Amino acid sequence: MQITSFGFLLFAALLLAVYYLIPKRAQWALLLAASYCFYLWAGIEYLGFILLTTLSTYAATMAMAARQEKQEKFLAENKATISREERKAYKASVKRANRVYLIICLVLNFGILAVCKALLIEPFKTAASAGTFSFLSLGLPLGISFYMFQSMGYAVDVYRQTVKPERNPFKLALFVSFFPQLIQGPISKFGQLAPQLYSPKKFDGKQLSFGLQRMLWGYFKKLVIADRIAAAVFALRGPEYTGVAFFVLTVFYAIQIYGDFTGGIDIAVGLAQALGIKLPENFIRPYFSKNIAEYWRRWHISLGEWMKDYIFYPISVSQPMLKLSKAARKRMGNFGKRLPVYVASVATWLVTGIWHGLTPNFIVWGMLNCFFIVLSEECSGLYEKFHGRFHLKEKKWYGGFEILRMFILMNLIRIVDLFPRVGDYFARMGSLFTTFNFRILWDGTMLQLGLSALDYIILAGGIVLIFTVSLIQEKKGSVRELLWQKNPVLRYALIFALLVIVLLMGSYGFGYDASGFIYNAF
Amino acid sequence: MKKKSILILCVSLAVCLALLWLLQALLMPKYMANREGALIAEYYGNAGNNDVVFIGDCEVYENFSPITMWEEYGITSIIRGSPQQLIWQSYYLMEETFKYETPKVMVFNVLSMKYDTPESTKEQDQREPYNRMTLDGMRWSVSKWNAIEASMTQEEREGLGMWGYIFPLLRYHDRWSQLEAEDFQYLFRKEQISDNGYLMQTGVKPVMGEFTEAPLVDYTFGENSYYYLDKMVELCKSHGTQLVLIKAPSLSPIWWDEWDEQMENYAQEHDLVYINLLDSQEQIGIDWTTDTYDAGLHLNVYGAEKLSSYFGKILTEKCGVADRRGDPQLSAIWAEKVKIYHARKEEMEAQS
Amino acid sequence: MEKLLEILDELHPDVDFETEEHLIDNKILDSFDIVTIVAEIDAEYDVAIPAEELIPENFNSAKALYALVEKLMDE
Repeated sequence: MQITSFGFLLFAALLLAVYYLIPKRAQWALLLAASYCFYLWAGIEYLGFILLTTLSTYAATMAMAARQEKQEKFLAENKATISREERKAYKASVKRANRVYLIICLVLNFGILAVCKALLIEPFKTAASAGTFSFLSLGLPLGISFYMFQSMGYAVDVYRQTVKPERNPFKLALFVSFFPQLIQGPISKFGQLAPQLYSPKKFDGKQLSFGLQRMLWGYFKKLVIADRIAAAVFALRGPEYTGVAFFVLTVFYAIQIYGDFTGGIDIAVGLAQALGIKLPENFIRPYFSKNIAEYWRRWHISLGEWMKDYIFYPISVSQPMLKLSKAARKRMGNFGKRLPVYVASVATWLVTGIWHGLTPNFIVWGMLNCFFIVLSEECSGLYEKFHGRFHLKEKKWYGGFEILRMFILMNLIRIVDLFPRVGDYFARMGSLFTTFNFRILWDGTMLQLGLSALDYIILAGGIVLIFTVSLIQEKKGSVRELLWQKNPVLRYALIFALLVIVLLMGSYGFGYDASGFIYNAF
Repeated sequence: MKKKSILILCVSLAVCLALLWLLQALLMPKYMANREGALIAEYYGNAGNNDVVFIGDCEVYENFSPITMWEEYGITSIIRGSPQQLIWQSYYLMEETFKYETPKVMVFNVLSMKYDTPESTKEQDQREPYNRMTLDGMRWSVSKWNAIEASMTQEEREGLGMWGYIFPLLRYHDRWSQLEAEDFQYLFRKEQISDNGYLMQTGVKPVMGEFTEAPLVDYTFGENSYYYLDKMVELCKSHGTQLVLIKAPSLSPIWWDEWDEQMENYAQEHDLVYINLLDSQEQIGIDWTTDTYDAGLHLNVYGAEKLSSYFGKILTEKCGVADRRGDPQLSAIWAEKVKIYHARKEEMEAQS
Repeated sequence: MEKLLEILDELHPDVDFETEEHLIDNKILDSFDIVTIVAEIDAEYDVAIPAEELIPENFNSAKALYALVEKLMDE
């Protein structure tokens, strides 16, 4: 089911009504039923995938929990008789045994994910070169990358004993399949999400209203902005568009993916909020970032957190790495000190790249990100000297410059998404320095990309609106909270105006291809 | 305080809904300039008491004039035609008609037998707008629902689907940039643009030469077409209405002999009357230099009057349709229609 | 504790680690810093901080971090 379809809205409305009418202790069961309805709607053939992940996670965590309990019991009973060393050794043995369960579970699940993604490489390439490319047509089981990462994070947490394992398989099934985030995240942590899923929720008019408002805002970003500009992004991929046209493509794609991805997250987080559940924020106005590390703290946050907790930290503080650090420090000084971090970074970005897709361009994308992060870390001392010398940090325009610089850099890196053949990407990048065809901006080329003058006006207006709202959020906090203080009639009028804008200016219905969310294919 | 805020919420919701409804009315096409799309909706004002109902595509609403048949034979008739009406649409229109009246004769133009599925029509990108011209005008009923289900193209199904019909606002939402004066002028009230379903044309454009089309590989009508034709036969039988199959005397698109044969056989098998009016052009008296407004695709009002005069006789003699001119109530209603018809004809002739 | 403060000061000379209680929440320490600290602690105290202990609660203040080191040394 398309999240932008009328059927989905009706489904959500029905769920909300029933959710607040039934006894509160049954609410979680209703969510589970709704989530599976949603999943079945997407295609019964995918049911096996989510069931397998749920069951394997359940089995592995229960097995680990049983061992851990036995350990607790044993240690409590023999508290007086065993020494600290024996105690340590016993704990270590339990952990070793549990590691087997964890590894089986991880290998099984990531194996499935890898096979699914590997099977898509060829269709992805042919579709991209044939020009019929669409993320949705790839047919990856709905949300598999998201629910799988979420479940595996939970399995690791149980292994690490940082969360209490869930004994009720149905409750665990809800954690895995909770449908608002099934489409494109956010990837939640068990400790943060699970207690909310199972607790009774009282009807709260304000939360409901805020949730619905946020959904509407998400639809605005998705339907009015992202789906409108999609046609031009598609057209600009053609081999004839080089130089300035390629630069325009990077900006348009930045707009599209922002509208598409943050819009989809707004819909998911908004719906969850209407249900009384707070999902983690996935974006904090990422295009306002001033450096790449900051950008990655503000863009796709939940994936970054996952990578940090389960890839970056375990690698960088592992025994071999610590040894490497000690050895490197002696020989290479300060750089050696940072070496383990860089090694872990490369691994993390490799995995992040693979998560997006198994084609080489996504690996290149990950490595480019990693390269610039390491570069900026290595140069940070130089930067500070430079900034200090010219007092740049105190100048207002410099902040703007930094933001613009980061926006352009990230655009140039991100665009590799669209070029499964990496050679094409580098050829286009090269053309930036050889082809100065600025005239395409005014010679009518822009009107041949599937966008009319009116489309550009709508896009410009929409972007101004999003920019204004983002500025207010940056300076004054929640816009919905500000509106809440105002006269209700004014509030309703503004919401209604936004609704009418989405209804009239959204790209949907006859003449538009049903375009799936970009991120639900990852 | 709480009561007050709930009141404000409810009032605001009501105002918003009213505004949305208004917006929908504004954005829906009015079909006052491009009149073909307004035909289906005009039926309801003239339903009841019709002895003959014509159903089909442009070959019925451009070629038959109910007013002429009333004037000459006292036949009460109405046309439920719409552009590129497909056979399943015709069937559901027929089904719906029986809710409003039970005519003595149902006349169906068989040209649409050639289209077996929504996907097999020509000019696929035009299919949905044409479907709309037939379906949007229908009042809501099970028949309308089924007609939509049978008509939707694959693209529609994957898009808005039924919701686009339940809330036409969703379908027409982007017309806001193309609104014209007529959208405001006819926001609440439309003009009557047909004469009992007949869409008058007074222009003249003679036929130039022979019509040719590439021969087909297979002339057999599709299974789906026959399925709906069968259903029509059953439906009419169950209401005691005589079903008459016709092929209007339009020269293009070509009505192949192989098709004609299949209809002949079908009529014989099911004990129906099938009349290929292409065979009686001389008896009708059609002059292809003066009686068509688009070079042979459709008749103009002069041709339609000739054809109606000829066909009214068949209805009277072969089908036993009665002369109603003796009924004072009907006569009064029809006198008004006749007046409008002639006024329209005069006005259009003056304009052209 | 002294040595720990030294390690921290070397990373960010401009921060007062004795009083700051929101090193993570206020984004003073990033993930690179944390890993560096772990390596330094490993070298200095011979205590390996496992990945699961790399949570904001343990790194928000020098005090919390020291408590963590002590706890791990104790085990």
